[in-house]
Amino acid sequence: MMKKSFMTGNEAIAEAAVQADCRHFFGYPITPQNEIPEYMSRRLPEVGGVYLQAESEIAAINMLFGAAGAGARVMTSSSSPGISLMQEGISYMVGAQLPCVIVNIMRGGPGLGGIQPSQSDYFQATKGGGHGDYHLLVLAPHTVQEAVTLTMEAFDLADKYRNPVMVLGDGYIGQMMEPVEFGRKTRQSTHPLKSWALTGAKGRPPNLVKSLYLNPKELEEHNLEINKKIQDMIKNEVRVETLLIDDAEIIIAAYGTVARIAKTAIKVLRERGLKIGMVRPITLFPFPYETFAKISKRAQKVLVVEMSLGQMVEDVMLGLSGQGCVRFYGRTGGMVPSYDEIINETEKFITEGKA
Amino acid sequence: MRMQGKFEKIFERPRTLRSTATHYCPGCGHGIVARLLAEVIDEFKIREKTVGVAPVGCSVLLYNYLDIDMYEAAHGRAPAVATGCKRVNPESIVFTYQGDGDFVSIGIAESIHAAARGEKITTIFINNAIYGMTGGQMAPTTLIGQKTTTSPRGRTSEEAGFPIRMSELLATIDGAAYIARVSVSNPKNVIQAKKAIKKAFETQINGLGYSMVEVLSHCPTDWHMTPLESTKWVEGHMMPYYPLNEFKAPKRRN
Amino acid sequence: MEKEISKPLYTNLILAGFGGQGLMFIGKLLAYSAMKTGKYVTWIPSYGPEMRGGTANCTVVISDEEIGSPVITSPQALIIMNNPSLKIFEPRLQPHGILLFNSSLITHQISRKDISAISIPANDIATKVGEKRTANMVMLGAYIARTMVIPKTAIFRGLEEFFGKKKQFLKANKQAFERGMEYTS
Repeated sequence: MMKKSFMTGNEAIAEAAVQADCRHFFGYPITPQNEIPEYMSRRLPEVGGVYLQAESEIAAINMLFGAAGAGARVMTSSSSPGISLMQEGISYMVGAQLPCVIVNIMRGGPGLGGIQPSQSDYFQATKGGGHGDYHLLVLAPHTVQEAVTLTMEAFDLADKYRNPVMVLGDGYIGQMMEPVEFGRKTRQSTHPLKSWALTGAKGRPPNLVKSLYLNPKELEEHNLEINKKIQDMIKNEVRVETLLIDDAEIIIAAYGTVARIAKTAIKVLRERGLKIGMVRPITLFPFPYETFAKISKRAQKVLVVEMSLGQMVEDVMLGLSGQGCVRFYGRTGGMVPSYDEIINETEKFITEGKA
Repeated sequence: MRMQGKFEKIFERPRTLRSTATHYCPGCGHGIVARLLAEVIDEFKIREKTVGVAPVGCSVLLYNYLDIDMYEAAHGRAPAVATGCKRVNPESIVFTYQGDGDFVSIGIAESIHAAARGEKITTIFINNAIYGMTGGQMAPTTLIGQKTTTSPRGRTSEEAGFPIRMSELLATIDGAAYIARVSVSNPKNVIQAKKAIKKAFETQINGLGYSMVEVLSHCPTDWHMTPLESTKWVEGHMMPYYPLNEFKAPKRRN
Repeated sequence: MEKEISKPLYTNLILAGFGGQGLMFIGKLLAYSAMKTGKYVTWIPSYGPEMRGGTANCTVVISDEEIGSPVITSPQALIIMNNPSLKIFEPRLQPHGILLFNSSLITHQISRKDISAISIPANDIATKVGEKRTANMVMLGAYIARTMVIPKTAIFRGLEEFFGKKKQFLKANKQAFERGMEYTS
């Protein structure tokens, strides 16, 4: 058995990155994710890596652009307002087909908002965020252990698709401590070769890392190439957890910390004899539309619970394609829905239907 | 009748400069600087380990002209991109090639912080007091009284503040090891400019810190002048405000 | 005779007081020690400006089974070390829940009658132990004595890992913990 560590989600994400051979981290402090850069500033020099505190999130994401372009496994982490500042750079990285891992430990917005947990960056994370035709691959852990696994995989996925991957957690995923095991140590030799990296044009024609295509025909071709990768992600990378859905009359759809709270609510409701199940998207992009399409044929009702005023609910409705009945319950601004609230809402759904 | 005897090659296209037409307007200073860069890279024999970063502006297509690994970066972010590259591969020689809008306006935070960190990169900063690529709008280095498409009555300090002297500003920063302002307005100045670019790269090669060469350049198209008039304008109008100087240089090592 | 079936363990508590009273620490210690005995545990802090001089709190869940919600609205137990925290958390305690409060500092009356309120003069006891900063351990000792969630030895093993090198401080913490246990037994 592996040794269990007791760590905050933030620290665990940082260690997971190191174990996935990330040796370069660029970031700017912001609550509630400061434990990530703090951990990296201690840990990376121990393994011959580089931690650099950038002058802003804008600089940080562009340092990632430079470092990823030079062939390194790179990561940054931030929280909502900082991630907003990075959007331009993220768009450029997609355009230049550069792999990187971006961790967003979400807090309440809009604007400076607050620092308490939130899921209100769902649209930004899954629908593009920056300008242009693109998507990030978005992974949403609901435990510290899962944050570790997904962070490690994020690096592989980023390399595989030459596309930024986002690990999207709410403030509690970052701040919570849980037992965690680090099961996997990757070896650099197993990473894909980056023949496109800018290491100096020695013995080969020069490489070019760019997102500029002034000729619209060329840009269209380029965008179609990026889209091909997105279609491959949709085909290959959907991950979802389902719980007790076979006999369920009501399905609760939630991700991240909210999904855990919902699990407790479902336990209580099942004890009361109510047939409640859950669908928990693990990849928010690509979204498990298929799972909801199947549900639409069985269960009539889906309750979507989020720490936002209704963002993932739109994807759930797309998945259901007009079938069934959807009800939404959300808290915002750093307020966290309790399992009592979810229980209450589920019972109301049974008696009242759609809210 | 054929000439007999040996001919010595005394002038050729630098290896690093590609044989291609540039997008620069006739009479533009950019092309001269691109050639100087290529010559310096050749002379140090570092073509195979040099990585360039060209961000948005007239600089952007430099990757078409230099036969080296290059990034095209977001507007203003070249020093951050270069930082990421250099931190990953410290043995690479990394330079940025930035215009005034890029280096002094939208990217001034990245410019100053790269210098402050003593990032071992080199910046070639083309100051032509105007936004060329977008069609002649006001730059942070546009002179007082200078007419542009967004200062049609001439820049006034009341409305638009004062032009920034970037070399003087960066020379105050400890992490900056080499800072010079040069011009490509006449052959003598071009020779001086090349010397400065060479020193800047040498500073990086020796790992001494950040280096930057500000090149006063002419933009006949957006200044609405002939090329000759534009070089005279650099000397008559820009140089009094932006004096040529080597503001900071590493001490000669014995 | 009815056969006794041992139910799987599930318990949760909220610990609250001033920043600096060591509540976050004893919450972590409890969770860590429980993890070492093979339990599932979660620890969630209040975070942000609250940490800096205001009230600080954390939520601990300990269970034999995988933990669903780490966020607890109505806890089974409270460890409360100052007046402002009492005001916030007393109404949230489950009926028949346990309220352990630091009577050295708490002057407000306990208003609820449907709970077990246990008064512990934690600062006074800590002062007698000779290390004022161990009032938190007095409270934790009282909690363990009262709930028996994990054995004393588990807490001591945890403490040794945290304070291994600071022998004097380790001793004082163990003593304070034992005084807390004794006070409640």
